Amino acid sequence: MVDINKAVEVINRYKNLPGGLLECLHGLQAVFGFVPKETIDDIAEGFNISRAEVHGVISYYHDFKTSPNGRKVVRICQAEACQAMGSRDLTKRIEELLGINVGETSDDGSYSLEAVYCFGNCALSPNIEIDGRLHARANSDNFEKLVKGDGV
Amino acid sequence: MTITVYVPRDTASISMGANEVADAITKLADDIKVVRNGTWGMTYLEPLVEVETGEGRVAYGPVTVEDLKSLLKADFLNGGDHPLCHGLTQEIDYLKRQERLTFERCGLIDPLSIDDYEKNGGFIGLKRAIKLSEKEIINDVTTSGLRGRGGAAFPTGIKWNTVFEATADQKYICCNADEGDSGTFSDRILMESDPFCLIEGMTIAGLAVGATKGYIYLRSEYPLCKVVLNDAIKIAEAQNFLGNNILESGANFSIEVRLGAGSYVCGEETAMLESLEGKRGMVRAKPPLPAHIGLFGKPTVINNVLTLASIPIIMAKGGDYYKDFGIGRSRGTIAFQLTGNIKCGGLVEKAFGITLGDLINEFGLGTYSGADIKAVQVGGPLGAYIPPEEFNLPLDYEAFSEAGAVLGHGGIVVFDDTADMKEQAKFAFDFCAIESCGKCTPCRIGSTRGSELIDKGDFELMRELCDLMDSSSLCAMGGMTPIPVKSAIKHWEDDFKD
Repeated sequence: MVDINKAVEVINRYKNLPGGLLECLHGLQAVFGFVPKETIDDIAEGFNISRAEVHGVISYYHDFKTSPNGRKVVRICQAEACQAMGSRDLTKRIEELLGINVGETSDDGSYSLEAVYCFGNCALSPNIEIDGRLHARANSDNFEKLVKGDGV
Repeated sequence: MTITVYVPRDTASISMGANEVADAITKLADDIKVVRNGTWGMTYLEPLVEVETGEGRVAYGPVTVEDLKSLLKADFLNGGDHPLCHGLTQEIDYLKRQERLTFERCGLIDPLSIDDYEKNGGFIGLKRAIKLSEKEIINDVTTSGLRGRGGAAFPTGIKWNTVFEATADQKYICCNADEGDSGTFSDRILMESDPFCLIEGMTIAGLAVGATKGYIYLRSEYPLCKVVLNDAIKIAEAQNFLGNNILESGANFSIEVRLGAGSYVCGEETAMLESLEGKRGMVRAKPPLPAHIGLFGKPTVINNVLTLASIPIIMAKGGDYYKDFGIGRSRGTIAFQLTGNIKCGGLVEKAFGITLGDLINEFGLGTYSGADIKAVQVGGPLGAYIPPEEFNLPLDYEAFSEAGAVLGHGGIVVFDDTADMKEQAKFAFDFCAIESCGKCTPCRIGSTRGSELIDKGDFELMRELCDLMDSSSLCAMGGMTPIPVKSAIKHWEDDFKD
């Protein structure tokens, strides 16, 4: 169950900030891990916009999720500098290892695999990020340990 | 005697284990003081550990926790020799051959020490600007020849003057820190390594045009930048370099950091304004220019991080000093980023005019894989793929434009001979399809159709589509996606045959 009081607390913090909707959505994700649909009405009321507009903003931005992530979130860069260092092949191997494709969460909720277009660490490609921690120079020798291991 | 050891705190070095190295060095002895400096931008050596000695700072890198045992044995805390030792940092060729203006303090100082900043030339520009009139500040910026470093290369002085001349009860300075191009990280390095420089540049912009409020629109993929910038803003406020009545001048200026949410097109200035207003990042038609009707409908200066970070040195040393670097209409320096399949990747600040080949061969030293270079993409995902035969091209806005290419934000991605250029061309369309804001048809529909045409092998129709996207898209997203596509098929036609 979504604790709506917690959501209202976040919404109240941002609703008077000029242009504060994105900050509010980031704030809700920090609390819930995603933007629960139960909060849409309160967001719309707080910011004095329609529910459609709230939905429009949530669905526009790649960062905002409407369902929970897996327990471990693996993000892999798909942009050119990482492609030049074999990220296409690495992505395939991680997909095989986890049994899910990029953009999916495993059925048992253990992993989410996401595409990112550039971490800004392009001199040390390819890059993968696991639960918010960036790992440079991922390769066929170390990716399994990185993805399946506890941190490093 | 306390030994000072520098271990960088930037995203690249942390991704290679700098935090663990810093912790381990702290535990080596009681009299060690570890300073978390920014990065020098020699990314291939990260984590680059430096030890303060009588002769200067001695560099070791890349250092892992496992290396510390042998480093200790080699007496590295006194600058002892070791296979990882590169001698004095300032004497490393990669750094020595650069012309550091905007990045002069990056790596040198503790990014959050305002004393370090002031001791190394910081706030001289702001103090001078306070004594000048708005027109005098703008004239100096115009004289410098500074053009927007985000990629569009619009003359900064003209932009500022337009906002200065606009009448309004409120004006804004918006810093575009949505550095989304693959192969770029110079904004990140500046923000993580010398945040006060950006703060000073934005404040001077505020003084020049009469704006009292600034926003930094930061991409969400840069979480460390957010921490460093917010800390720096607090420190600057506490010391009266920001806030009300700055340095007793009577002028007010405040800065707020706002986070993007993973949209590439929000790096386009009008989409960024929409996003800052809390809306979908849909591109606006121009005119009206943001300089007239910008954020919340008010006159707004929108500049890239490096444009604003170049202002303090221009104000401190004068527009003529800055103008003396560079060639033709490209004045000053630009931060190149050597990335992808490159042996010595990192940041190289040079005056405009160095050739692409010199940059890649003399600084980058060839590919990481050891194979031959097949192509380099310059200027991000919307930039051209350039073959080694054209490496004599000087890095200058006009020369690149004539060659059908763009310098963009200075990103250079190297590919070795395993690259499939048809696949890269298809990716250009696919990326455009994923990131298009959807407002105009050529970009929204054209990107998907382009990707399909590559699969089908109908390259004639694909070329027609490229011309249409180029001429009729609303912004650079759709308008420039044909650049990488057309360059790939022009130079590597064989890759497009089955």
